Amino acid sequence: MEISRSAPTQAKAVVPPESGPPNLRQTPVEPPAPQNKGKVRLGDRLFSGASRGSGILLLVIMAAIAAFLTYRAVGAIADDHGNFLTTKEWNANATPPVFGIAVLATGTVISAVIAMVIAVPIAVGVALFISHYAPRKLAQPLAYLVDLLAAVPSIVYGLWGALFLVPHLQGTTQWLDSFFAWTYVFDASQPEVTPRSLFTVGILLAIMILPIVTNVSREVFLQVPRMHEEAALALGATRWEVIRISVLPFGRSGVISASMLGLGRALGETMAVATVLSPSAILSLHILDPGGGTIAQNIASGFGEASPFGRDALIASGLVLFVITLVVNGAARLIIARRKEYSGANA
Amino acid sequence: MAKRIDVSGLSAYYGSAKAIEDISMTVEPRSVTAFIGPSGCGKSTFLRTLNRMHEVIPNAHVEGKVMLDDENLYASGVDPVAVRRTVGMVFQRPNPFPTMSIYDNVAAGLKLNGMRRKGDLDTLVEKSLKGANLWNEVKDRLNKPGAGLSGGQQQRLCIARAIAVEPQVLLMDEPCSALDPISTLAIEDLIGELKERFTIVIVTHNMQQAARVSDRTAFFNLAAVGQPGRLIEIDETERIFSNPSVQATEDYISGRFG
Repeated sequence: MEISRSAPTQAKAVVPPESGPPNLRQTPVEPPAPQNKGKVRLGDRLFSGASRGSGILLLVIMAAIAAFLTYRAVGAIADDHGNFLTTKEWNANATPPVFGIAVLATGTVISAVIAMVIAVPIAVGVALFISHYAPRKLAQPLAYLVDLLAAVPSIVYGLWGALFLVPHLQGTTQWLDSFFAWTYVFDASQPEVTPRSLFTVGILLAIMILPIVTNVSREVFLQVPRMHEEAALALGATRWEVIRISVLPFGRSGVISASMLGLGRALGETMAVATVLSPSAILSLHILDPGGGTIAQNIASGFGEASPFGRDALIASGLVLFVITLVVNGAARLIIARRKEYSGANA
Repeated sequence: MAKRIDVSGLSAYYGSAKAIEDISMTVEPRSVTAFIGPSGCGKSTFLRTLNRMHEVIPNAHVEGKVMLDDENLYASGVDPVAVRRTVGMVFQRPNPFPTMSIYDNVAAGLKLNGMRRKGDLDTLVEKSLKGANLWNEVKDRLNKPGAGLSGGQQQRLCIARAIAVEPQVLLMDEPCSALDPISTLAIEDLIGELKERFTIVIVTHNMQQAARVSDRTAFFNLAAVGQPGRLIEIDETERIFSNPSVQATEDYISGRFG
């Protein structure tokens, strides 16, 4: 059976001399046809069914959320007497309703960006310390401690932020205002006012996303193959140079993924923001000024007393948050894919 | 350029376990010295003590002296980083930096040494790739990832990377054991050329390879599993393979054990 199958294929592989050298890579032997075709083991079928089902379920849930948000949002946006994208106020319960996401969307993005700028470098530093610098005795408890940080409920962070961080940040706010007012973003109109600002929210969010970014980054840094680090060491690299040449490039896409997880949490954080921020409809890049708002915070604060129409309006803002998250994640995927062939995944 | 290595009374440990014991030998400059012996006899461990790579493993340490000409690598105050810039290493599995292009792989060591000028880098990268017999195969795709090359090409890329910084000594830890016979032949030819410029030490499991490429051969063995490895003898390769002075060497070479 097998001989009769392979003989003609082999003959095909022998190419006449005028058409160039025979292609040696072409494997002449095809695998024999499986005798037990059609008979699939029960375990295989169960497993492939279960994993395919989970995948489909995920897509269905995503689609259901998107459909629900869109369905409820379209009606609300149609009845909006302001421009949904550019209106600053959120008066969805008034007659006629006037509301827009200009302040909320900007506030969401600004606070998340502040959180990322503060948290990612610190998280990468802590992850590198745990994975490459700390003695083993110290690394384990430290990693455990970071895990604990993730277990604190967000309302507790919110209370701590409102009762501790806000009063204690006053000095920092004034200092930033007096020395960095020229940067425009650190220009506070009234530096002596309690800093219930996007800046404070950003710091709080940074602390909240620190654990997840740290933990995922640490795992990635620990995955760096020993031989890549030894390659750098054998060239006479110092510990920092090993990290720069081998560890960071290898962990790059993982750190981006970790940051995206953190960013997702920062964009969607509700209670902590609602506790700290004093919301207002002022659109401003002065991040030290009190006021502004985020989409999630606005939903949390407004949902309880909203009219049925007001709820639809809030859902419309939720749709915007959904889109922002999708865009950010898509952008991150693009960044990772851009240098895929250098990713080290094929080594 | 090439320097003589003089080892005396060297023992290496993993934690409290002694891996090799009391090794003394001289490695001649501008020659190839091969280490042979059964698995676990400590030849790779010994090789890694020669550029202080042994101690990067947690709890590992070394006793004894390794003289590179007249400098003791284990004297207090000697920076292991500086040692590794003088004593290059090629590993068992080709390990080009996966995130770097072919060019950047070769330039990596040069950049660590502070070389920044594009012109100088270009010259040395070309010289090193030519030195590793790889230039003609990669000159048109220097900006492609090094991990995209074949195994044998990757190993020559690693050799190019190691010789780019002009080390005194080149250590090779079973450089061909992951390669096919044709790539192996290419590396062996390369070793023959490189010994004009460098002191080369190669660990190999392939006795024919030791016989083909080396000028001197050292045979390592261990008394029993769990015992530290020892140097049994070191001599001219021809003599080791025809008329060794120790019975154990002859037994190993003739395939009576190991």
